[in-house]
Amino acid sequence: MGGKLFRNFSFFSATLSFFLLVGIFAILFHYAQESMHTFGFDFLWTEKWEPGEDDEGGIFGGYIPMVGTLLSTIIAMVLATPLAMGIAIFLTEIASVNVAKPVSIAIELLAAIPSIIYGMWGLFYFAPIVQATFGGNGVGLLTAGIVLAIMIIPFMAAITRDSMNTTPSVLKESAYAMGATKFEVIKDVIMPYSKGGIIGSIILALGRALGETMAVAFLIGSVMHLPSKITDPTTSIPVLLANNFAEAEDLEMSSMYFLALILFVVSFIIISLAKFYFLGRKVN
Amino acid sequence: MNRLLLNKIILTLSILSALIGISFLFWILATLSYKGITSIHWSTFTNDLVEGGIRNLLVGQFTMALIATLVAVPVGMMAGIYLREYGYGSKLASVIRNLSDVMMSAPSIVIGVFVYALLVDPFGGYNGWAGAVALAIMMIPIIISTTDNMLALVPTELREAGMALGGSKHKIILQIVVRAAKVGITTGVLLSFARIIGETAPLLFTSANNQFFTMDLTGQFPSLTVSIYNLATYPDEASRELAWAASFILTMIVLIINLLGRFVIRNKK
Repeated sequence: MGGKLFRNFSFFSATLSFFLLVGIFAILFHYAQESMHTFGFDFLWTEKWEPGEDDEGGIFGGYIPMVGTLLSTIIAMVLATPLAMGIAIFLTEIASVNVAKPVSIAIELLAAIPSIIYGMWGLFYFAPIVQATFGGNGVGLLTAGIVLAIMIIPFMAAITRDSMNTTPSVLKESAYAMGATKFEVIKDVIMPYSKGGIIGSIILALGRALGETMAVAFLIGSVMHLPSKITDPTTSIPVLLANNFAEAEDLEMSSMYFLALILFVVSFIIISLAKFYFLGRKVN
Repeated sequence: MNRLLLNKIILTLSILSALIGISFLFWILATLSYKGITSIHWSTFTNDLVEGGIRNLLVGQFTMALIATLVAVPVGMMAGIYLREYGYGSKLASVIRNLSDVMMSAPSIVIGVFVYALLVDPFGGYNGWAGAVALAIMMIPIIISTTDNMLALVPTELREAGMALGGSKHKIILQIVVRAAKVGITTGVLLSFARIIGETAPLLFTSANNQFFTMDLTGQFPSLTVSIYNLATYPDEASRELAWAASFILTMIVLIINLLGRFVIRNKK
């Protein structure tokens, strides 16, 4: 009797993740209807975000926040990937256990710091440095991209380290016995062996960067403006939602749901790709 | 190029990247500590936001995170138990496991939008319950994955021994398997708590914020993280100082819970 109840509760809990996922999609889709019917696919390449008179109608397009999201993510990925690979190689192949352990913990703590802290620190300490070095007014694509990179490095490095660690020592030792240098072992033995995990970690980090809100909200400038230089301020989908979602009404609100839906679907595809195609699910 | 030289260059670059990574951690912690400690006064802890303190914000943030934990831990653990003990190997379990993994990486702002549509808009305004639910939605997939992975480490022989004694399935699960995985699951709970206590995006338009002390979850609810976001953008010096003080305290809480989680699992080994 108790066993049956326990089993049913456990089954119900398990199905909850399925209903949550479907529920999120359905709700976003439902509230995005008005915007979808009004703008259709034009929404994707309309640069305007202009409420009409008396909050009636207006023209809304997702082009600028979509471009902003994409560009800040690209900057972050270009900077983070080589550094994260370097850290993973350092942890698995170079450092002795006594060094690797504290460094590993430090890197993981870096990943635990809340994103709003990165935003605060970035705004008051990092933005002035970017301004002094590259010009612009401190906040903008570049600053957001760099701080975003700092945020995703630990995450990317940790997964890459784990998959590099799965390389059997026998393989590495055979290569060393043939007289290979450390770099050659990394390039020709470890990299090919853990390729799937490494690409998976990069794509997962990409998914994170796309959806990151708070750090970017402090740093990207939050203006509806298409950037022409790398230091220009612009906005991104999560930032637009964070700052303007609560005050929006009617058609603008519906357009916000539309943007949230786009972000959700894109992250869903990216994460699924990383998990199932590259990282594989270790069965059992 | 000389292959030994190339080897040296690459290894140096790799050491350099580790140094860069660590120096960012120290840079962030150093500025936070400096700005934070110099901005903290006794009144920071005893006053509410309206009087320039964070008492109500700390209580509010912890209240929402604790309610989220009270919901997410049983639900997440039961789901993990289903995946590993009942539905093990079935098609359904593998689909659910994958969906839960995807949910774990869903953008937190989207979860905020979803909860807004579900619990804020229909109920006439921001409320603490909505904030707690948003945090719970973020936490459940993490607990599912931890439970699933920790139960996988429990040797099958333990389960068989339980069966040989004539234990019923749910008794074996509760009294043998979960007990054996207790430490790992505890660590998972602590780490996920550390993660949600620092979340801002899911709270922005669910609980929103409140300047006053309140325990009424049906109205706007005080949040430490949302306050940091608001305070940092105010031009006056006092608000900024309070934002630094709050950021420092938040980071310390997160890092301490994190280290505690690691300590628990290390002590077992």
